[in-house]
Amino acid sequence: MPSTSLSRRTFLKTTGGALVGTLAFASGPIALLAPSRSWAMPLDVLGSHDGEVLLQVTKHLFPHPGLEDAVYAFVVKDLDRAAEAEANRTLLQGGIKALDDDASGDWLALAPDDQYLRVASLEGTPFFEKVRSTAIVSLYNNPLAFTHFGYQGEEGDKGYLYNGFSDLTWLPEPPQPANGYMPGEVPS
Amino acid sequence: MAMTDNQTRFQHDDDQVAVIIGSGAGGGTLANELAQQGIDVVVLEAGAINTRDDFLADEWASFSQLAWLDPRTTSGSFRLAKDFPNLPAWIVKSVGGTTVHWAGASLRIQPHEFRALSEYGKVEGANLLDWPVTYDELAPYYARAEDRMGVTRTNDIPGLPGNNNFHVMYAGAKNLGYECDTGHMAINSQIRDGRASCQQRGFCFQGCRTGAKWSTLYTELPAAIATGHMELRPQSHVANIEHDAQGRVTGVVYFDANGDQQRQKARLVAVAGNSLETPRLLLNSASSLFPEGLANSSGQVGRNYMRHTTGSVYATFDDPVHMYRGTTMAGIISDEAHHDASRGFVGGYEMETLSLGLPFMAAFLDPGAWGSDFTGALDQYDHMAGMWLVGEDMPRESNRITLNADVKDAFGMPVANVHYDDHPNDIAMREHAYRQGSAIYESVGAKNIYRTPPYPSTHNLGSCRMSQRAQDGVCNGFGQSHDIPNLFISDGSQFTTSAAENPTLTIVSLAIRQAEHIGQLMKEGAI
Repeated sequence: MPSTSLSRRTFLKTTGGALVGTLAFASGPIALLAPSRSWAMPLDVLGSHDGEVLLQVTKHLFPHPGLEDAVYAFVVKDLDRAAEAEANRTLLQGGIKALDDDASGDWLALAPDDQYLRVASLEGTPFFEKVRSTAIVSLYNNPLAFTHFGYQGEEGDKGYLYNGFSDLTWLPEPPQPANGYMPGEVPS
Repeated sequence: MAMTDNQTRFQHDDDQVAVIIGSGAGGGTLANELAQQGIDVVVLEAGAINTRDDFLADEWASFSQLAWLDPRTTSGSFRLAKDFPNLPAWIVKSVGGTTVHWAGASLRIQPHEFRALSEYGKVEGANLLDWPVTYDELAPYYARAEDRMGVTRTNDIPGLPGNNNFHVMYAGAKNLGYECDTGHMAINSQIRDGRASCQQRGFCFQGCRTGAKWSTLYTELPAAIATGHMELRPQSHVANIEHDAQGRVTGVVYFDANGDQQRQKARLVAVAGNSLETPRLLLNSASSLFPEGLANSSGQVGRNYMRHTTGSVYATFDDPVHMYRGTTMAGIISDEAHHDASRGFVGGYEMETLSLGLPFMAAFLDPGAWGSDFTGALDQYDHMAGMWLVGEDMPRESNRITLNADVKDAFGMPVANVHYDDHPNDIAMREHAYRQGSAIYESVGAKNIYRTPPYPSTHNLGSCRMSQRAQDGVCNGFGQSHDIPNLFISDGSQFTTSAAENPTLTIVSLAIRQAEHIGQLMKEGAI
């Protein structure tokens, strides 16, 4: 029945894929915390190919040697969420299709330097800006990124007073009174 | 139980109450000072109550919780108009106003800065003026404010202990011959006034969960409620101020939490909505008697908007710093805060440590950036130290808040447009400050130096300035509007010039002084 095939096509079009991967840095800070080396990021709207392209585009925009793909996947996840709105879906899938069409159908198959040049040339376009502005928040606002970059996030909630707020040892300790006093410490 | 549950309530048609718009440094302090005198006060606060228990140790989530995100627009050549066109200011919409978010630096404006025109001389393209109040007149109120707020290194209160970010600044400062210490901060270094000592959480901007940092939210406002003379109405967004045929204000129209329009009568109205909302409200209150807006016979309402000359320097080192641990503003250098025109600019600037968490560092280090230079900085995040540069910017008539009739808020009122062009003096000062800040870090072995452009403005000043003569400004030295005797300006909008110092201490001092003056005027029957 036509209606069945239509709904099936719609279903296929709008059912998402997934990003899957393996942690690349076995002794990195993230691997030490992770329960397993395999990871998967399910997508609700975008397909797996879309997700892989967006992940690679994000890596070109924000290259961090040693940063796991699993962290970049947070950006793809947020773009996937944004793609629930039709305008964003059209924008993202249009941008991905344009990259592919310009690369004999598979931008991912290009050499990394070539991929980069084609992404960089898109600066200022709505597609580029959507990925960039999403990534600038998503890439650096998750616990895996905090671990990688050395930010303790909400661990700070309990306070660093007795836990490293002045543990710097490569400079001399400033003298009092300039350096202040711990609670309960009486200035002499 | 909410702080407002058992408070005294006043009738909407009670025309003897003082209505204060805003509950931050100016409004919250004024409310308490009036209530302590037995004067009945209604505080209308646009934001909701978020208590210390509600605060979040998460930069973006906290931003959504606390920041004033109602639409605003920008114009002019300042970089913010490009980077954050709809977020010219980073201020708070919550009970306690921006005292929830502030870093706590509490420096007095220097005596010569109150006489900017006399001391600096006329500066082309600037609208400099002397304040109608002198340092000596304000000094006793500074002393009261410092005691009230528990400012460290005053009243025998020890300085806060220095964190890692301070240690780096201190070492560099000494190399350059600067003095540096952990500053005058309204953050408890020890238990005081029923509030805890600082636990060095590093989330000053997100609201202080221990209450070590002074905020009207848990000091002035509950103290005012306890007198039985103050009613706090959160989620009450004032749309306009009304007046009678004689041109005296009679009350305000506001939208309550349900979006329903309410009218509160008033004996006097004090506006303390921060320097964007205060002039917007006066302009939105235009009437047939005051077609240019309230208190605007001078045409100065909205003009001379100042935001301090700011910028940040971040530097990376071979060894770790972890600058985010501990108070956000942990050290201050004031050696460049004096006036010395031989540096190529008038006025001076402060250097104050600043840290951002990883999420905000990504957002603010170089807005719009991408690529390996940018990511190379973040790769060194835990080896990074940082400082904020904050100095006097020039008042200019053309730097102003106007109404944008094309963009309306949720209640259909025109939003504020913020127009700002850097004055050449601002640019010269910023360049000098970037250079000195960089030299501090280079002297301790910095690997990379990053010059970060201004953040959305936290110090919003001027726009309803004090002046001796009515034609030069909006209010007199007590914040009383020149045109309307029972209309007061009670926030940083009053500032005649910006001076170099963080403004909160001065806003609080002016509010204490204004409250005394209002009490006197009421006794005399003048208002």
